[in-house]
Amino acid sequence: MSFLDVRNLSVSFGRPGDRMRAVEDVSFSVAQGEAYGLVGESGCGKSTILRAVSGLNAAWTGSISLEGTALTPRRTLEQHRRVQMVFQDPYGSLHPRHTVDAILGEPIAIHGMGDANGRIQRALDQVGLGRAFRFRYPHQLSGGQRQRVAIARAMILEPRLLLLDEPTSALDVSIQAEVLNLLSDLRRDRGLTYLLVSHDLAVVAHMCERVGVMRQGKLIEETDAAAIRAGRVGEAYTRRFVEASAGYDRAMAQEWETA
Amino acid sequence: MSGPLLEVRDLNVRFDTPHGLVHAVRGVGFALGREKVGIVGESGSGKSMTGRSILRITPRNAHVTAARLSLEGEDLLAASEKRMREVRGRRVSMILQDPKYSLNPVMRVGDQVAESFLLHHKASKAQARERALDMLAQVRIRDPQRVYRLYPHEVSGGMGQRIMIAMMLVPEPAILIADEPTSALDVTVRTQVLAILDDLVTQRGLGLLFISHDLNLVSTFCDRVLVMYAGRIVEECAARDLEHATHPYTRGLLDAMPRLNAPRKRLAVLDRDPAWRGA
Repeated sequence: MSFLDVRNLSVSFGRPGDRMRAVEDVSFSVAQGEAYGLVGESGCGKSTILRAVSGLNAAWTGSISLEGTALTPRRTLEQHRRVQMVFQDPYGSLHPRHTVDAILGEPIAIHGMGDANGRIQRALDQVGLGRAFRFRYPHQLSGGQRQRVAIARAMILEPRLLLLDEPTSALDVSIQAEVLNLLSDLRRDRGLTYLLVSHDLAVVAHMCERVGVMRQGKLIEETDAAAIRAGRVGEAYTRRFVEASAGYDRAMAQEWETA
Repeated sequence: MSGPLLEVRDLNVRFDTPHGLVHAVRGVGFALGREKVGIVGESGSGKSMTGRSILRITPRNAHVTAARLSLEGEDLLAASEKRMREVRGRRVSMILQDPKYSLNPVMRVGDQVAESFLLHHKASKAQARERALDMLAQVRIRDPQRVYRLYPHEVSGGMGQRIMIAMMLVPEPAILIADEPTSALDVTVRTQVLAILDDLVTQRGLGLLFISHDLNLVSTFCDRVLVMYAGRIVEECAARDLEHATHPYTRGLLDAMPRLNAPRKRLAVLDRDPAWRGA
């Protein structure tokens, strides 16, 4: 039995007659403690999958199960607690007029967990932010510090599965390194399972053991980080994606044009 | 013509802010010929401000000074505002990151390209239209007649960026400043947009100043690279030698990047040495 099991997941938007199938019949599973990456270009449906798994979007068909129990479109509080998400934009995902303390205190209050003071302090320690940050507002923090707060907010509920939606794409490369290292440490220390979505193949190959490649709503290939690095991929599209991610090559552009 | 297209010496940009004077660009100097020169650095390193000060499109509270700022021998520091309006677009053009915000949303894209030609050339509307269609074809838009009539919201990001490039190139500038021109694009589209810029340099002798945060991209695309940190150029090298850069900041950035060709257990974290800010 796998930890997270997604079967025949489909998500559509729009009215009948004018429907956009954003995700079509996607199936994959993730083992406990594993990091699974979904890569693809904009509009391929990768974030839509995360929103369905997280419960943010309830309009999906298929089945999603976590640790053997089915997650329905409507979730219990406990089911929400076990699946938490970190969003792409650290500038948009934190309430600008709430202090870090209020931001971290809210999920504790919603879930009635108690010991808010201790939990907030421990969560800040975990993500490497000192006590001094607790009563600051988001505008007083850098992008990297904000993303640490967002990670702390997800971690504070002691989730089992962390959904990461482009967690570092808004950050500078040196700050990205700090956040990716933090995420790796948290996974190791707390036995977390990650589902990471990114358009950056290098980030996905660094963070994840297994990788699903998406295109136009479909999961076209499942592979692993080692195969991507070695260029051992099956689909022509995946090959093109891997080549383009490696950098610019005039001959490559020529090849695509004539192909 | 020999000599560089653009020469910059001891460029400084200072901002008056409520918190005092901020020195954003500090003593930057370089020359640009018919080549691709990359400026890389993290946010706040002064790379965009360097590009903007060449065109004198810096914010109102910026003070730009330089020992030399010359375009094909003409001193831009002494140029009047009227003269600068002729320089912008006609001789030095600029492409910005996101076509979504740089195109006029209520004007057909083809008309925007034609307008850019008319601003700098005495020509009839029909001639401008011809030039615009021709330019759209040059940036490898398959069906220029159809695309000409579209509005910006009807085109994809990659197509939008090609239209921007067409609009910037139709007045036939000598220099193109591209500020993160492909950051909003998917990687497979990125390669095709870069190929267009690449060909313009090799075939038309354009000088390209390519501003980017992506070391990997710059090292594979450009000829030369300038690395900026805290408003200074801390290192300059041939793009293919960027791998072997020696400045600790450049090395730190290279080691902090996850790489496809060199897996590592842990990414190195950059220790910023205050000495890098100095000389």
